[in-house]
Amino acid sequence: MVEWSENERSIISNIFSNLDYNDIGPKALVRCLIVYPWTQRYFTSFGNLYNAEAISTNPKVAAHGIKVLHGLDRALKNMDNIKATYAELSVLHSEKLHVDPDNFKLLSDCLTIVVAGKLGSAFTPEIQATFQKFLAVVVSALGKQYH
Amino acid sequence: MTSLSAKDKDTVKAFCAKVAGKEEQIGCDAVSRMLTVYPQTKTYFSHWKDLRPGSAPVKKHGATVMTAVTDAVSKIDDLTGGLLSLSELHAFTLRVDPANFKVLAHNLLVVLATVFPNDFTPEVHVAMDKFLAAVAHALSEKYR
Repeated sequence: MVEWSENERSIISNIFSNLDYNDIGPKALVRCLIVYPWTQRYFTSFGNLYNAEAISTNPKVAAHGIKVLHGLDRALKNMDNIKATYAELSVLHSEKLHVDPDNFKLLSDCLTIVVAGKLGSAFTPEIQATFQKFLAVVVSALGKQYH
Repeated sequence: MTSLSAKDKDTVKAFCAKVAGKEEQIGCDAVSRMLTVYPQTKTYFSHWKDLRPGSAPVKKHGATVMTAVTDAVSKIDDLTGGLLSLSELHAFTLRVDPANFKVLAHNLLVVLATVFPNDFTPEVHVAMDKFLAAVAHALSEKYR
């Protein structure tokens, strides 16, 4: 089981309580689709993803980015049992969505960079370490039900 | 491993021009983050007295690394040739596991996002990511 110190819990809680999901969610997904273009394979129904401009202004991408970011709320509310919390979502991503779990890390790296851009120097090395630990646990949980 | 397009090179050159003068600040921050977020990287610096973020050896090393990165921009048309001696250094003397190049690159991108929140767009991000991957590849050339 993953151990969280009081300090780590409060860092994570602070990041998310100050996050504008409607801004950060779309930015993270847009960045992922541009920086790692092969991730576009999962979004063929989203319409125009032909270039960075199209991706950045695509409303379906934006909506989906917000949805995915809210998916992290589950981990936030169940930090002591993230693995079980994501079991169902893991099955969904594996059996229905057929997402290669390597992609979870790509999106999580983009989210880290978007949050860093938002917080600037307030995103200290210590805060970055805690945030990345949190995302790594979620990523691992999302990959658990693949077989 | 894709090669850099003309557009990638132009994007990298234009963006890295903004880094000029900030090599120590950015390099120090990137190395500090690497040592904090990926503690296994500390194993390469057991000879330093102080591994804390912003310490003297971290600052000095950050400046060294970042200056080398911006210098690599001038060799962008032939990174393998241009980074030959650095590759030999990393392969034979330092023996840094090449997986760590990716780790440092990630932390560099994080710092660039904090220092240039408006300029570090997704398009700049992908070009810089490709450039740092190409630098890492050139640095790994002499390993085996």
